[in-house]
Order: sequence, then C-alpha cells, then structure tokens
Amino acid sequence: MDVTGLSLTTITLFLPIIGLAILLFMNGETHKGSLKWVAFATSIVTFVASVLMWINFDPSSADLQMVQRNTWAEVTLGESVINVSYFVGVDGISMLLVLLTTFIMPIAILGSFGSHIFEERGREKLYYIFLMLLEWSMIGVFVVHDLIIFYVFWEVTLVPMYFLIGIWGSEDRIYAAVKFFLYTMAGSILMLIAILYVGNRSGTFSTYSAGGDIGVIERVQTFDGDGTYWDALGPEGDGEDAGFLLNSVESFLFLGFLVAFAIKVPIFPFHSWLPDAHVQAPTAGSVILAGVLLKMGTYGIVRFNLNLFPEATVAWAPTIAFLGVVGIIYGAWVSYAQDNVKKLVAYSSVSHLGFVVVGIFALNAQGLQGATLQMVNHGISTGGLFLIVGMLYERWHTKEMTGYGGVWKVMPLFGAISLVISLSSMGLPGLNGFIGEFTILLGSLGSDYLGFAFTLFATLGVILAAVYLLKMFQHVFMGELKNPLSNEEGYTLTWYEKAAYIPIIIMIFWMGLQPIVFFNLLDVSVDNIVAMFVR
Amino acid sequence: MENLPLLVPLVIFVPALGAIINFFFGARLEEKWSGYIGCFASIFAFIISLLLLTWVTGTNGAAAVVNPPFLDGWLRIESIDLEITWQMRVDSLSVTMMLVVTGVGSLIHLYARGYMHGDKWYPRFFAYLNMFLAFMLTLVTANNFLMLFVGWEGVGLCSFLLIGFWWDKKAPEGWKNSNAARKAFIVNRIGDFGLLMAMFLIFWTFGTLDFYKAGELPNTEAKYLVHWREHNGLLEHHEEADTEAADDGHGAKVECVPADAHADDEAHADDSHAEDDGHGEAAAHAAPNPLAGDIRALYCDNHRFDTDLLGVFGQTTERFGMGEVVDFGGFEMAFEDVIFLIALFMLLGVTGKSAQIPLFVWLPDAMAGPTPVSALIHAATMVTAGVYLMVRSNVFLWELNHAGYVLGLIITLVGAGTAIVAGYIALGQWDIKRVLAYSTISQLGFMVAAVGIGAYVAAMFHLVTHAFFKALLFLGSGSVIHGVEHGHHHVHEHSHGDDHHHEEFDPQDMRNMGGLRKRMPITYITYLIGTLGLAGIFPFAGFWSKDEILADAWYEGLVANTASGFIAFAVLLAAAAFTAFYMWRQVVLVFFDKPRSEAAEQAPESNGAMLLPLIILAIFTCIIGFINVPKATPIFDGIYHPYEFKHFLEHSLVSISRGHALDFNLLIAGIALALGIASIMVAHRVYKGKGLASDNRDQLETQAPARGLFKLANARLYWDEAYTAVIEAPFNRLASFLADRIDWDFLHDYFHDRIIKRGFDSIAELLSKPIDLGIVDGTVNGVGIFVQRAADWMRRSQTGYVRLYAVVLFIGVVVVILLMLTPFIQTLLQSGS
Repeated sequence: MDVTGLSLTTITLFLPIIGLAILLFMNGETHKGSLKWVAFATSIVTFVASVLMWINFDPSSADLQMVQRNTWAEVTLGESVINVSYFVGVDGISMLLVLLTTFIMPIAILGSFGSHIFEERGREKLYYIFLMLLEWSMIGVFVVHDLIIFYVFWEVTLVPMYFLIGIWGSEDRIYAAVKFFLYTMAGSILMLIAILYVGNRSGTFSTYSAGGDIGVIERVQTFDGDGTYWDALGPEGDGEDAGFLLNSVESFLFLGFLVAFAIKVPIFPFHSWLPDAHVQAPTAGSVILAGVLLKMGTYGIVRFNLNLFPEATVAWAPTIAFLGVVGIIYGAWVSYAQDNVKKLVAYSSVSHLGFVVVGIFALNAQGLQGATLQMVNHGISTGGLFLIVGMLYERWHTKEMTGYGGVWKVMPLFGAISLVISLSSMGLPGLNGFIGEFTILLGSLGSDYLGFAFTLFATLGVILAAVYLLKMFQHVFMGELKNPLSNEEGYTLTWYEKAAYIPIIIMIFWMGLQPIVFFNLLDVSVDNIVAMFVR
Repeated sequence: MENLPLLVPLVIFVPALGAIINFFFGARLEEKWSGYIGCFASIFAFIISLLLLTWVTGTNGAAAVVNPPFLDGWLRIESIDLEITWQMRVDSLSVTMMLVVTGVGSLIHLYARGYMHGDKWYPRFFAYLNMFLAFMLTLVTANNFLMLFVGWEGVGLCSFLLIGFWWDKKAPEGWKNSNAARKAFIVNRIGDFGLLMAMFLIFWTFGTLDFYKAGELPNTEAKYLVHWREHNGLLEHHEEADTEAADDGHGAKVECVPADAHADDEAHADDSHAEDDGHGEAAAHAAPNPLAGDIRALYCDNHRFDTDLLGVFGQTTERFGMGEVVDFGGFEMAFEDVIFLIALFMLLGVTGKSAQIPLFVWLPDAMAGPTPVSALIHAATMVTAGVYLMVRSNVFLWELNHAGYVLGLIITLVGAGTAIVAGYIALGQWDIKRVLAYSTISQLGFMVAAVGIGAYVAAMFHLVTHAFFKALLFLGSGSVIHGVEHGHHHVHEHSHGDDHHHEEFDPQDMRNMGGLRKRMPITYITYLIGTLGLAGIFPFAGFWSKDEILADAWYEGLVANTASGFIAFAVLLAAAAFTAFYMWRQVVLVFFDKPRSEAAEQAPESNGAMLLPLIILAIFTCIIGFINVPKATPIFDGIYHPYEFKHFLEHSLVSISRGHALDFNLLIAGIALALGIASIMVAHRVYKGKGLASDNRDQLETQAPARGLFKLANARLYWDEAYTAVIEAPFNRLASFLADRIDWDFLHDYFHDRIIKRGFDSIAELLSKPIDLGIVDGTVNGVGIFVQRAADWMRRSQTGYVRLYAVVLFIGVVVVILLMLTPFIQTLLQSGS
C-alpha cells in the first residue's frame, strides 16, 4: 500500500474529492443522467476503500494505524514554534465511524435517485458535488489528529449541509439553513479559541504522538507536576486547589470544546436547531445529518474532551450525563407529541443521542463501547427512518401523520421493512439498537461517576421509545388506507429504494446478533481512554 | 441418545425457518401448504422436545448447556470480562416449558388451519405463529438473562403483531385492534423496563448473566444430577464441536460430577429426607447457607470452584447472608438488599408479561386478536413466561424469604390480589373471550401467589394444567364464535336476501348465544370438560394443581404461620369460588336453554380440523393432573407415582428440597371441591332455565345487592378509566405542554428568535450604524459600489447569490485542498527525483 507514500486513510479520505472533480468537469445538462451514477460509484469506491482499511486494521494494537503525517505549517508564537500538520490515522473508534460514513453515503445517494426535488429545483450537479464534499469533510473529521485541521474539516462540513438544506429543502429552508449554520458556528468559535490555547500551551496541535513529536494527549497523561497539565503552568498557574467546575483553565478549555460538540450532538438544551434542519432538509440531507453529522459531536467529545481534559471530564461527568438523561426523556416525550412524522423522528434523535452521552460519561468500558456502537446504530436506524419518511413523502406529499394510514396494506414489503427499522430504533433485543442501549445502561449503573438514578431514568427512555415509535407506526402503517394514490404503480418499491434498505436491514441483524465483531474493533481503543478514569 | 441435547437449537431454528418461508414465499404458496409448513415446524419442535424429555429422564435429571451453531458468542467486551453468549439450557424446567409450548402450540397450529381458513393473510398468520414459537422457545431455553430477554421481548413483538392482526378491518374495529396491539406492547415495555434494571443489577453483582455455568449443579441435594457430557464421556467430542468456547476461554476445565451408580434409589431416599426438612420448620430457616459445603463435595475436581465462576444462582447461594457489600462504583449496597431490589424489578417485569396488578390491563384488550392467538399466546404460553422467570429465579426468592425480606408477601399480595380482582371482574362480562381473558389473569394470579408462598412446584404444575384447559376453553370459544358467525351469515343469506339488516351483531356476545349444546355437541362436551378442569372439580386437571397451591398456602399460613400463606389461602379460596361461578354462568349462557338469536339457532358445528385439537386437549385436561398426584392420596397414589412432576423438576430448582410437596390433605381438598361444586350449583340456580332478565340484563341485575356488584364487575371496576384519567391523559397533556409550550414556543421561538437572534441583530446594528456608517463607510463606499456591480452581474446569471456563495466556497475549498496536498506533492517530487 505504500507505493505512493500515501496511507490508506489518505486514499479513502480523498476519494470523494476525485468524484467531486469528475462531477465538476461534467456538464450538468447534457450528462444529467450520469451525474448520480458518478456520485454513487464514488461513494461505493470509497466504501470499498474503507472496508480495505478495516481489513488492514489490527484491532489488538493500541496505536493509531494507517497513519500519515506531514508537517504543513510552522507557526511561530512568541518563543515557541508550533507545528500544524496533516496527520491522519485511525484507531478503533475512528475506524468504525469512517465505516459508518462510507456506509451511509451510498444509501443517501440511492435515496435521492428518484427524488422529485430536481424537477422543482434543478441543479442536480451541484447537489451531488455537495454530497461528495460532505463525505470528504466528514471522513476528515473522523481521521485527522491535528486540532487545526480538525477544525477546518469540522467547519467545512457545515457548508455543503447549509446548501443542501438551503437549496433543496422544503418551504422554510432558508430559515432552517441559517439557523443550522449560526448555531453550529457559534459553538465552533469557542472551540477555535480553546484549540489555539491548547496549541500554544503544548507547542503542538497534534493530539497523538508521531515521528518524535509528542502529542497533546501524551503530554497530558504523562504530566507529573502539581495539579493538572493545563492548570500547572497556565496563566493562573498556581495549580493548587483547582475545583474544576468553573475555576480552572482546564474546565474552560473543556467547555470550549464541549459547547461546540454539544450543539452538534445535540445535547439538551442545545437542540433547537435540529427539528428545523431535519424537517426542511431533503431526504439525503436528513439521512446524512442523522446518520453521520450528529455523531461528529459525540465523537469529538470522546476524542478531545475525554483525552485532553480528563480531570475536567471527571468533574463535569455527572452534569453532562444529567443533561443526557434529561435529553433521553425530554426528547422522547416531545417526539411523542409531534404530528409531523419527520419532526417526530428528528426529536427521537435527541433521545437516542442522550443515551450516547450517558454512555460516554459513564467513563467505563461498557459505557464507552456501548456509546460508540450506539452512534453507529443510531446512524443506521435513524438514517433508515428518515429514508422511510422520504419515500412516504415522495408518494403522498405530506409529512403530517394524519395524511397517512393503512400504508402497510398497499405496500406490504415497505411496511415490514419499516417495522424492522422502527423496532431496531426502539431497541428490540436481537436487533442492533438494543446492543448499544443495553451496554450503555449497563455501564451507567456500574460507573464510578454516575449512579443508580441515572440508570433508572435513562432506562425509562426504553419505554418511551416504544411509545412514540409505535404511535408513528400505527398512524402511518396501520388502520384503513386513507389516501389511495391515484397511480397504483407508486405502491411498488423501485429497485433503488429496495437496494437502499438491503444493507440497512443486514446491518440491523448483523449488529444485533453478532455485535462481537464490532466490540472487538473498539476494545483496545476504548480501553486506552478508559484507563485514565479507572479509580 | 447421549447427543440429544445438541438438538435443542433446532427447536428455535425450525420454527424460525418456518416463519421465514411463510413470510417470504407464503404469498406464492397454496393456503394448505402454508398451513402445513407452520404445523410441521411446530410439531417438529414438539418431537425434539419429547426427545429432550427422554434424555432428561433417561439421565435421571441431567442438565446440559448447549451453544447453538452459527452464533459464536454474542456480547463480549474482552477487556472487562463482559461475556454473554447465545447459550441454551436443557434441564427439567426448560423441557417442561418446551413441552407445554410446542405441545399446546402444535394443537393450536392445527386448529388455526381450520379457523383461519380463507383469511387473505393466512400465510402471514402462520409466519407470525411460528415466529412466536421461535421466540417463546428462545425464552424458555435460554441459559442467561439476556437471551431470555430476547425471547421475552420477541414474544411481546409477536403478541403485538397478532393482537393487531386484523388492523385493516373497517373503521372503528380495525383501529381498535391496532390500539389493543399498541397498548399490549407499551404496557409490556413497562414490565421490560423492570427486567432490564434487574439485569443491570445482576451483572454488576455477579459479573455474569448466566443462570448456571456449564457443569454446575442447580440443585445439589438432588444427588442424581450429573453433568451430561462427563457422564457420557462426550467431553472430547464436544470440544471438537466447539460448543463450549465460553469455558475454554476462561481456561477452566469442565469438571465432572460423579454419576451415582444407584442414582434412582438414592434420590428417592433423599426426597423423603428433603420433605422432612420442609416439615421440620425452623431447622431449615436457621441455616442461611445450607448448601455451601455440599457443592464442594460434589465436584470431583474443584479448580473451577471459585465463586466467581459460578452462575448467578450458584453465587447467590454461596454469597447470601455473608454480610457482603456490593460496590457499584457510584454507590454501595448490601448484597441481600441488591437481591431484594433485583427481585422487585423482576416482579415488575412479571406483572407486565403475566398480566398482574398493576399492569394487567393489556390482556383483556388483547382478545382483539384471532382466537388461536388468544389461546396460544394470551392463555397457554406467553403470559406464563413471568411465572417461569420467577420459578427459574427461585433461589433469589427463597433466600430473601428466609432472610426475612417481605418479598414473598409482596408477590403473594400481587398474585392473590390479581386472582380475586380478575375473578370478580369475570363475573360481569358478556364477551365470551373477555370472560376467559379475566379468568386467565385470575389463574395467573394463582400461580404468582404460589410463587410468593414458595410453592414453586405447585406454580409450575398449575401452569402446565392451566395451559391445557385454558387453551381448550379458548379454542372452544373460538369454535362457538365461528359457529355463531356462520349462523349469522346463514340467517342473512336465507331470510333477508339483500342486507337491509345492518344492525351490529357481535358474535362474541353471550347474550346472542344460548342452546348451543344441541347445535355443537362436541364443542359442548369439550368445553364442559375444560370448565370442570378450570373450576377445580375432581378428577380433572385443575383439581390437582389448584389443590396443591391451596394446600401449600394452608400449610404456610396455618402451620408455618406466615402472613403470605394465610392471605394466599383465604383469597385464593374465594377466587376459586368465583372461578367456578363465572365458568358455570358462561356454560349456561352459551350452551343451555333456548337460543337467544337466530344466529345461535343456525350455528353449525365446526369442522374436523378444529374439533380434533379440542378433543385432544380435553383428553389431556382429564389426565394431565395425574403427573403430580400427592403422596397419600387415597386410591390414586397406588396407581400413579406420587409427585412425579416434583421429582422431575427438583433437578432444576434449588429451593425445592425445602418441601412444598405435602401429603394429600383431605380437608383442604374437600373444602376446595365443596366450594367449587357449591359455586356451580348456585350459578346453575341463578341462570339455568331463566335466560336473560328483561332488557337483556343479567339475572344478577334483578336484585338489589347483586345488581350493584354486577354493574361494578361489568364496568371492570373502572380500572381502565382510572388509568386513562390518572396516567394516560396527564402523560399526553404533559407531552403537548413540553412539545408546544416548552420546546416550540419557548426554546425554539422565544429563546432563539427573541434572545439569540435579536441580540445578534442589535449588536450588528450597533456595529453598523454608529461605527460602520460613521467611520468606515466613507472609505468603503468605493468598494461597496464595486461589490454592488459584481452582485448585479451575478444576479443576471439567474441563480443569484447562491451561485456566488458556491463559487466563493469552491475557490476556498480548492485552496485548502491544494494547501493540504502540498506536502504530498513535495514528498512525491522528492521520492521521484
């Protein structure tokens, strides 16, 4: 693999850019039919590349793998010279999320194959270009280990999503797009400040050590002076008696990162942009937003907050986990009250990601492995749910639950698929959703930092999930057929619709029945992180 | 023969395969083939269960642990020793459940072929039924709590699908069906929440979720237990088959347990000994850990005798009462308190699945499903899962009861309370299936109460007998409904021709029945047998099992002097009287006197496919009670082995040795029987020959005190209404409040639009007017004009700003990419040169 000096990670990362370049040189009018195929083929090739990465990946190694690191720039700040480097590589957590990204992407593209939005809004070429750009930047977020480059990728993801919502969205698309952009931007500015401080303090922006350069994480972990790494020599540098809630440097840095991620996740009460963005986004946008983009937030927490600021993490864990629990119950409850199918699914994300947050801040192996797996599970099942909503919308042109009813009667296969995906989302054991939730809740009970009440209330979310998902399923799929389609052909699923569901269904069962494969992938990487928090 | 337990995965896989075939190819199959496949899968599983029975009896009660093929491991996190595998258990308890599920299940499958004939979703129905069997068998064969939970929720799912099977019926009814389905699922989920919490606590307390590890003995006092592999010299073979990867992973050898040469004789000697212990009151109560030493003695090679390597129940026996404190990280708790908490959460799960107070409200509504479903899922099998779980976990309950925890009392109160409440409500129902539904709830209450007083064998015994006669009654009611429905159609076709006669006709309403004895003789006879079985009339099945519960309760209450025993005895006796009354009321209203509708006059007897299962079940109702005839029963104990079922079960139940297999007590049996017969006679006097009172009212409604009581029963004690008012309505109101007021009006609109956006705007205004306009503006004017023109130009190219943004963005992205690629280009150039 090393013929060109490029690691497999780099190749996977830049494959979407090749697709993007091809699309750029195509004529949007004359080549209209082939645009989607180019995008689809690119996403498939990228997926294959990521599977190759998976095959090459050695789960027993604690190091980053398929690493490539090139110094990109040297910034002189006062006396210190700080390296900004192109630094990519994967550990188990990154690997799994890269796989999720490349897995969701072809499905999202298949989901837009028959879409009517192009008849209305046109610009099909631009649409696929944005999708490629989105894939590139999302993979980037998951594989880079340089804070500055991470920040760049983090911001770049905003742009294509902004346009996907803004151009191809529903009625209130501009409002939703701007809101999405502003909220996320507001968070990331705090993160940028924190990143600059971290770089300045440690003399490097690389989080992991490589090529003689000691990364920030190692510096934090090996620090043996008084107090913590961040507070000992910081501006307030006495290092004594740091209370870690609001009177230490580390806490502020921690919060700087956390707010950016919390908005993205979104952790209650930062979720207000989510229903707008989801409801207005086109199907593929919703699928990617729920499937991958939200996970960037939780991934960021695991990668940066936990690794860089362990003491502050410990201090803040109960608070953030509390917000997670509130999110679980609040999100589910609000979801139940929705009459708009898409909004219902959107709020369900708040609830599901609440589980992930609780799992992360349980700060033990069960919690963290469960949380990482739950990110993938949520990507698959909620991505699937948005696909369902999209296909319903294409046929019935409404998002209101009252407009449906009896769909199962005329579309038996679609009904069955929807049932399986709904069940996966509500965590039926034997399907994927359960594995993540179970492991998370298990972790939360035995956590050194949480306690019984967290588990008790978080587990209530399991009941509520059934309440809102069954409400949706019953109103849409059961009962009498309210609005028969004028064209009966609409009742059959097209080949690309079926093709989009097949991988989802396979994953739902695979991860539910044999999650061992995925746990193996995570084992060592998670252990690395958890080791910091063992009391 | 020795390898028989390896067949156990088939009891799951074959029904699952049947479900898959019917689900995917059912539409292309002829109806009869769908039915054949469904029935074949079920009967096949039954045959396997029978083989397993021969294995368990043939090995004198061995227990085997089998890892199914294809599913290697399950949930494993190596770094922390979290390991939960797909692992199945064959022992007398699981085989008992398998036999009930597949035996009654097969008969119901056969019946359904006739009952569902002509339904457009016939294959789907059989797919669901087979899927149910697969999940139910997963539940009963699981060797750990998590796999049990897969079955537990899986049967809940099937129940949801089958209750709502006819969701596409015309307006009110179809929607009602799907509502009932949803209600069942959600109420069950509340119970599942309890079971989940119990599992979390179990994991952190024991480090495992396995009931017993391979090679471990559940009941060390049943001396003739052997580990089947060692016993049969199969160790090598087994390792090749790699079914024990779990153990090998721990590096622990599976140890042998000496196979006793005279196993059978010794066992019997032991039994009498065990019984003596039970009668000897305080002795057994005093020693907290009577078995601890024995386990050690029984293992011939004790490397693995490390408490950590035992399953959950083995560890409980070892660790209970040692003053241990369990550290959960975030909090600590005494070991005994943890077990108490676990048992309470488990009880919540049981009240959901087994329809006990406070979660029983879903079961009556579940009658919306087709009748075979009611018989199979909502009477004979699924709803007994809770009882099975508690019997499986008898170690918890037993230890707690003996450490003075009030758990037994709580369980008894739940069970006995449910038995009497549901029995009372059943008195006032008109719907033939609804009476049976409340009756089922009431009988499940008997079983739960039996568990509460520690009579685990009696609970299981009643579970088995109840499965037969309640399935019989449900199928019989299905036959009746079928007949009345056909009679109704018949009447329509002949007398009215075209249907200008569109009033609602409910074929399940007993007011429309009567006199069916002559129209449906076989249904009548079998129904009568089922009724006598349920009412506990000698010598039918219910007599023996109910009597055993009552005798145990009597013993607990009046001899051992526990409150739970006393309550159970008094309340269950009253509930038994109710049972006889409402069943006889039903028999009279349905089968006796004159027909009360044209439909009933014309009702035909059902076809053979439906009658055959009825006859078989009726035969079983007559004889199944003899599997556990008490010792010293006059006449019968000479004919049958006494306590055969108890001896069979004792290999799986640790706490069984405590007793609870009392000698036949003529007094108790006499009281119960007399009460049952008296109830029947009263009911007979009230209803026979009188039909309905005026205005289609019940005979009970004609007199003052009975009228109120009947109305209250008829209104189901307003239980559902109370739940709607107290739980459902506030839940919905709070949901709307959170969604509309808090989330939308406040967070979304007010907080975002007023605070964030307005704040942003006013800062922007502040910056732009005094600062920007005053100072910067002049200098930038020139630039402004330029931008204006550029924008005009862009706008002319029709797509406006969006295009501009896109272009600018692309330039930016390209620059970033180029910058990032510079190092590679450099390396490439260097490596090239």
